Amino acid sequence: MREGSGLKAAGLRLFGLSLPLLLVVFLFSYLPLYGWIYAFYDYHAGMKLSDTEFVGFRHFTELIDNPVIANEIVRVLRNTFAMSLLGIATSPLPALFAIFLLEVRSRTFRKLVQTLTTLPNFISWILVYAVAWSVFSVGDGFLNRLLLELGWIETEINFLASSDHVWLTMLGYSLWKGLGWGAIIFLAAIASIDHEQYEAATVDGAGRFQKMRHVTIPGILPTFFVLLLLSIANFINSGMEQYFIFQNPLNKDKIEVLDLYVYNQGMVGQSISYATVVSMLKSLVSVALLFVANTLSKAVRKESII
Amino acid sequence: MVENPKTIGSIAFHLINYGVFAIFTIACVFPFYYIFINTISDNSLSSSGQILLLPQGIHFNNYAEVFRVRGLGSAAFVSISRTAIGTALTLVGTSFLGYAFSRPEYWRRKLWYRFVIVTMYFNAGIIPWFVTMKNLGMVNNFWAYVLPSIVAPFFVVLFKTYVEQIPASLEESAQIDGAGYGTRFFRIVFPLSAPILATIVVFTSVGQWNSFMDTLFLIRDSKLYTLQFLLYQYLNEVNAVAASLRSSPQGQLVDPSRLLTATSIRMTISIVVVLPILCVYPFLQRYFVKGLLLGAVKG
Repeated sequence: MREGSGLKAAGLRLFGLSLPLLLVVFLFSYLPLYGWIYAFYDYHAGMKLSDTEFVGFRHFTELIDNPVIANEIVRVLRNTFAMSLLGIATSPLPALFAIFLLEVRSRTFRKLVQTLTTLPNFISWILVYAVAWSVFSVGDGFLNRLLLELGWIETEINFLASSDHVWLTMLGYSLWKGLGWGAIIFLAAIASIDHEQYEAATVDGAGRFQKMRHVTIPGILPTFFVLLLLSIANFINSGMEQYFIFQNPLNKDKIEVLDLYVYNQGMVGQSISYATVVSMLKSLVSVALLFVANTLSKAVRKESII
Repeated sequence: MVENPKTIGSIAFHLINYGVFAIFTIACVFPFYYIFINTISDNSLSSSGQILLLPQGIHFNNYAEVFRVRGLGSAAFVSISRTAIGTALTLVGTSFLGYAFSRPEYWRRKLWYRFVIVTMYFNAGIIPWFVTMKNLGMVNNFWAYVLPSIVAPFFVVLFKTYVEQIPASLEESAQIDGAGYGTRFFRIVFPLSAPILATIVVFTSVGQWNSFMDTLFLIRDSKLYTLQFLLYQYLNEVNAVAASLRSSPQGQLVDPSRLLTATSIRMTISIVVVLPILCVYPFLQRYFVKGLLLGAVKG
């Protein structure tokens, strides 16, 4: 009994020691939830909440009632969905990267490819932009100069300011940045496949592609599935850094995803209450999506992802 | 693996396979090489895009001159400080919390563990977050860079899982000697967790170095700008910066091939920003795989 109460005191002491850390979590992750209250007021920066008008659900109903706003939301959602869908459609690429990289016989070449292709993952989006500028810009960009020198084009093409194929261009940058890194987890998954399975398949006379189909792919499918579920859970969390940096007046219509729209409305446009409504709905939908993905995972894999 | 017979098909497969990987790898690396050779070449050639594959008129003047660009020195200082302080705080805070949650006697352990972990899966949204940060006095405040990331939930999970694999007897003997939690953590658990700590350090430091959005949202005071933010600004207004530098204070004549141009400034700052990453990223890759295997993350 005495030992039990001593343990309890120790547990409380440990809790006390970690309290400042829990406080940090509370301040920066939970307290912002209180900010949802701005959604129900007509809040403007610098004012006291008590001095602003309480408007109830007006900002919510506006989303549907006001045709201008409704159109905006549809446009922004279309961009967000398009980019997320493109991301999901290309999600097998890292797995294929890993599978085919392991077909390369030279160990040195394999290591080289693996190391060098992960570099873009570790640079910031600003640097990706700087790199894109150096390669694609007019006047001093590598690609324009090269094409001119080869005589393939007559006048330089302004790749960066183009409003065509914005979704695909953004996908291209994401792939350039993330493909090599994304392959690493699959390389690890393939390495953990039992080697005897390959030997057995060889004995059975399976060729290269048959082995991929019947041994490698089933072996990495669970990993692939988990990542796929996570990308479903993050379907509307496209983030905004990439799109913020690459946005310009020409491509704004196509590049504005939900997060960027919220930023442009709330921080640039000063419509704090309206932007809060949108980000609040977004948070709720993404939590709902997470539960959907988790339920799917439990049903199929008998294991949860959260 | 058993060698296939050298059929035409097999040779073609390898040719294409090597070719595709070679092209993608070059696409990943060449831009950095291209930027670098331009920073050390004759500036009048680089600004008209004439340096394509090899440097010409090599000089290193750009690297000396670029620090004259207003704000660069201070931005470098801010970036280095936030990376050093932020990483140190995250390392201690996150690992201590992971350790605390590994102890079964922790008061209401399950509840508090969930309290921390759940934050990985939701956020209030950027506008409510910004207003809260403002109310907390985190606007134009250096601590906004390093305080919010003290607890990194993902690494709390990783560290907790790792600590649970350390033999309990090691800590118990210290406990019998009367050592408190602080001593046990810093003297026994911390030194035994080197691989996972390395993982936390490399990932946090790269994250801190690359961070951009927090400056965008919270910082108006140019003294607190980071290198990333400065690079972003220069990309948008680089011609003005180059013009201001061309009128050198002494009004002396400068060799035009060494004169900073919009192109040379942009590219030189890019190299300055990417250099630390280039130095550490090969380790990142190693520790990432190691860390995942050690921590055996759920999933």
